[in-house]
Amino acid sequence: MPSGFMQFADKYLMWKEGPMIWGSDVAILLVSIGIVFVLTYFHKWKWLWREWITTVDHKKIGIMYLICALLMLFRGGADAELLRTQLAIPNNHFLSAEHYDQIFTTHGTIMILFMAMPFIFALFNIVVPLQIGARDVAFPYLNAISFWLFFFAAMLFNLSFVFGGSPDASWVSYPPLSELGFDPGPGENYYLLALQITGIGSIATGINFLATIFKMRAPGMKLMHMPLFTWSTVAACVVIIFAFPALAIAIALLTLDRIFGTHFFTILHGGNPMMFVNLFWVWGHPEVYIVVLPAFGVYSEVVATFARKRIFGYSSMVASLMLISVISYFVWAHHFFTMGAGADVNTFFAVASMLVGIPTGVKVFNWLFTMYRGRIRMTLPMLWTIAFVPCFAIGGATGIMLAAAPADYQYHNSYFLIAHFHQVLIGGVVFGMLAGMYYWWPKMFGFKLDERLGRWAFWFFNIGFYVCFMPQYALGFMGMQRRMYTYPADMGWNTLNLISTIGAYIMAIGFVFIVIQVLYSVKYGERDLTGDPWDGRTLEWSLPSPAPHYNFAVIPTVTSRDVWWELKEQGRTDELKPKAEDIKPIHMPKNSARPFFMGLAFFVAGFGFVFDSMWLGFLGLAGVVACLIARALEYNDDYHIPVHEVVETEATLGRLG
Amino acid sequence: MAVHGGVTREPGHKKHKATQYIVGYLSSLILTAIAFGLALTHTMRVGPLIVVLTILAGLQIVVQLYFFMHITEGDGPPFHALFLILGLIFTFAIALMSVWIMGFPAFMAQVS
Amino acid sequence: MMAMPDAIYGGHSGVTSSDKPLEYRDPNQSVKILGFWLFLATDMLLFGCLFATYLVVRTHTDGGPTARSIFDIPGFTLETFFLLTSSFTGGLSTLAMRNGNKKALVSWFAVTIALGLAFIGLEVHEFIGDVASGATWERSAFLSAFFTLVGTHGSHVTVGLVWMFLTLLQVAKRGITPITARKVFVVNLYWHFLDVVWVFIFTVVYLSGRVM
Repeated sequence: MPSGFMQFADKYLMWKEGPMIWGSDVAILLVSIGIVFVLTYFHKWKWLWREWITTVDHKKIGIMYLICALLMLFRGGADAELLRTQLAIPNNHFLSAEHYDQIFTTHGTIMILFMAMPFIFALFNIVVPLQIGARDVAFPYLNAISFWLFFFAAMLFNLSFVFGGSPDASWVSYPPLSELGFDPGPGENYYLLALQITGIGSIATGINFLATIFKMRAPGMKLMHMPLFTWSTVAACVVIIFAFPALAIAIALLTLDRIFGTHFFTILHGGNPMMFVNLFWVWGHPEVYIVVLPAFGVYSEVVATFARKRIFGYSSMVASLMLISVISYFVWAHHFFTMGAGADVNTFFAVASMLVGIPTGVKVFNWLFTMYRGRIRMTLPMLWTIAFVPCFAIGGATGIMLAAAPADYQYHNSYFLIAHFHQVLIGGVVFGMLAGMYYWWPKMFGFKLDERLGRWAFWFFNIGFYVCFMPQYALGFMGMQRRMYTYPADMGWNTLNLISTIGAYIMAIGFVFIVIQVLYSVKYGERDLTGDPWDGRTLEWSLPSPAPHYNFAVIPTVTSRDVWWELKEQGRTDELKPKAEDIKPIHMPKNSARPFFMGLAFFVAGFGFVFDSMWLGFLGLAGVVACLIARALEYNDDYHIPVHEVVETEATLGRLG
Repeated sequence: MAVHGGVTREPGHKKHKATQYIVGYLSSLILTAIAFGLALTHTMRVGPLIVVLTILAGLQIVVQLYFFMHITEGDGPPFHALFLILGLIFTFAIALMSVWIMGFPAFMAQVS
Repeated sequence: MMAMPDAIYGGHSGVTSSDKPLEYRDPNQSVKILGFWLFLATDMLLFGCLFATYLVVRTHTDGGPTARSIFDIPGFTLETFFLLTSSFTGGLSTLAMRNGNKKALVSWFAVTIALGLAFIGLEVHEFIGDVASGATWERSAFLSAFFTLVGTHGSHVTVGLVWMFLTLLQVAKRGITPITARKVFVVNLYWHFLDVVWVFIFTVVYLSGRVM
C-alpha cells in the first residue's frame, strides 16, 4: 500500500516538513545503529543491563541523570541557536512561523524540565548520601523509578519532533490556545503527557531525599552539622513536594479538556482559561526556586572549599534557604499581573516577590564575606561561582523591577523579561550546575576535567552570555515582544538582535569546549588518587574516588560541621579508615529491572493517550499497576555484602586502617 | 522523642484498648451531624454558616490525625507532623488565594 | 538473617526498641512511614488544587444543572456515614495489629473493605444517575470540576481498596511481622487521609452546594 504509506509518512513522519526533519530522522537512525553496533561489538549489552539499567545505586543513577541533562542541554541549546538565527536579521524566513513556535516551545520545556531538573537530581544523587554518611538514599528502588520516569518522559517529549509533530503553544501552554480547538494534533498532548510522567518522578525524588536527609544521617550529625548542599537539597525538596502537585493538576485538567471533552479552561461552557495560568504558576514560580536552590548549595560548598574558610554565616544561610522555600509559594501571581486581578492582589504579590530578594541578598553577602581574606584558588568551580555573583545580582535587580506591578505592565512579556529570566536561570542555575559538575566530577569518575580547556569554555560562555542577553533588555524597552517570529526592518531592532545572535553563537562555542574538555579529560585528565583532589571539607572527600558501591565500609561518627576538614586539621584522618575488625556485613538493596519496565509502561500509556488511543493508553497503565502490585508482594529485595568482600575491596583501595 | 497517645503506652505489656478509636469515631459522627444539621435546616445565614462548616471540617482533621492516624507517635523528631502542617498551610493558601485572585472584577462581570 | 548488621543503607544501628508501637520499632520500616507521611502531604496539595479549581468554577454552570439541582441529600449522607465508619474500622485494624491479633486484623480489614465497596457503589450509582439526567462533565465547567474532584477521591478510594486487599492477603499469609505491621499502618494512614478529604468534599461541595 504505497499510498497508505505516503499518508502515514505525511501525517506522522512529517516528510513534507523539510530538511530539518529528514536530517533528524537520519541522525536518529545513525546514532541508534551506532549505539547498537558498539554495544554488540564490545559485548556490552549485559554490562549495560546489569550495571546501569537495573541499578538502584544512587551514584550510578546520578551519573545517568547527568548524562541525560547534558544531552538535553545540547538539544535545548540547539533550539536556542535556531531561534536566534531566525531573529538575527529582520524579515527572516530561515524558519517557518510554525517551526519557530515549535522550537521555542521545546527549548523552554526541555531546558526547565529535562535539563535543569535532571541536573539538580544528578547532584542530589551523587552528593547527598555521601555528604551525610549514608549508604544509599532512603528508598533506592523508588529512586530508580524516578529516574526511569524522567528518562521515558524525556524520550516521549523528544519523540514528538520526528513523530507526529512538536508542541507549539510555548512552555507555559496557556489555554485557550493550547485547547483542542486551536491546537489540534498530537504535539500539545506530547507536552502534557511527558510533563505528567516526569512530574510524578520528581515528586518521588523530593519525598525520597527528605526522608533520606531526615532519617539516614550518620550518627552524631545534627541538622545544624549538615553541609549546605544538603541543606539546599532539603529546601528544594520541600518546594518540590508542595509545588509539583499543582503542575500535575494543571496539566491533568488540560489533558481532560483535550482528550475527554471537559470544560475547565475552554472559552465555552463556563471554562476559565486563567485558572490554568493560576495553577501553572502555583507550580511554575516555586519551580525556579527548585532549580536555583541546589545551585546556591553548590556555591556554598565551592566558596568554602576554595577560599579555605568556614562558610560565613552558616545559620543565616540555612535560615535564608528555608525562608526562600516558603516565600516562593506566595509570589505566583506576579506572572500575570496584567490579568487585572485588582490592586489588592497585585500589591500583595508584588511585595511578596520583592521579599524574596532579602534572604537571597543575605546569601550573596555571605558568599562574598566567605571569600573576603580567604586564600582563594581560581579553579573551574570557583570561576563559575565568581561569575555567578555579578550575573545573579543584575538578574535579581531586574527581577525587582519586574516585581513592581505597575511597571510590569510595561515590561510584561517583552524581551526585558526574557533577558531577566535567562540571566537568573543561566547565571544562577546553569553556572551553578556547571560549578557542581566540575567540583564533584572527580568524585564520580576518578579524574578531574582539564583546567585549560575549561577556562576556554568559561570565557566563551560568559562573554557570549552578556553579548547575547544585555541587548535584549534594551530590545524589551524598545517594544520587542517575546515569541515574535520575525520583525520589520524599520523598528530599530536590527543591530541589537544581530549582536544578541552573535552572543548566542559564542555561548555555543563555549558549550563545544565543554564537550571537548570532557572527551579530552577521559583520556588525559588528572587522575584523582587521594579521593580529596580539592582539599575538601565534607564527608564525601573522605572516600576514595569513585566511592565503592556501599560508600562507607564503616559509618563514620560526626561531631562537628565540616567534619573532614576538622579531622585533617587535627591530623586524625586515619580515624575514618575502617579497621577490619569493625567491618560488619553491609545491608544493601538488590538491583531491580522493574523500575525500567515501569517507566516503559508509562511511556506506552503516554504514547497511547497522545494519539487518543485509549486501548494503548490503558494497556500502559495496566502495566504500571502490574508493576505496583508485583512490588507490593515483593519481600526479598535486599542482601548483605559479606565481611570478607568489604575487607577485600577496602584493602585494594589501600584504606584498611 | 516518641510521644505516645495516652492509651497506647507500653505495647507488649498491656493490651491496647479501643477507647481512643471509639472516642474518635463518636467525635467524627457528632461533628458531621452538626455540619449536616446546620447546613440542611437553614438555621444560619450563608456567610457565617460557611465559616462554621469550615471550622467543623478543620476539627475533623484533628480527630482523624490524633485518634486514628496517631500523628503524635513516631520514631525520632516529629518531622512528619511538621511537613503535614506545612502542607496544610499551603493547601489552604492555594485554595483560598486562588479564589481571591480569580475573583477579579473584569472576569466576574463576564460570567454573570 | 545475620547477626545485627548495620541498618539498611543508613548509619543508625538496627537496634529495635520495644517502647515504640510495633510499626515503628524497626528503623527500616519507620523511615517508610515517614516517606508515606510526606506522600500524604503532596496528595493533600493535589486535592487542594482540585478544590481550588472547583471553588473558582463552582457557579459556572452555563445554564445547565446546578449544584442544588443534582446533589441528592440521602445519597451523600449515606456515603459519608459509610466512609466515616470505614475509617473507624480501619483504625480498629491498626489496633488489632498492635495487639498482635491477626484474626481481628483480618476481620476488621474485611469490614473496612466492605464499607469502602459500599461507598464506591453509592458514588458510582450517583454518577450514573447524574449522567442519565444530562449532567455530564462535558456539560459545564462546574460539572467538569465536580466530577473530577469527587472522581479523583473515588479513584483514590478504589486504589485504597485494592491495596488493603493485597495487604490483607499478606497478613493472612505471613502473620504480623515488622514489615506487615508497617504495611497495615501505612494503608490505614492512607484510608484515614481519604476520610479527611471526604469531609472537605461534603463540606465544600455537597453541603455548600445545597445552601448556596
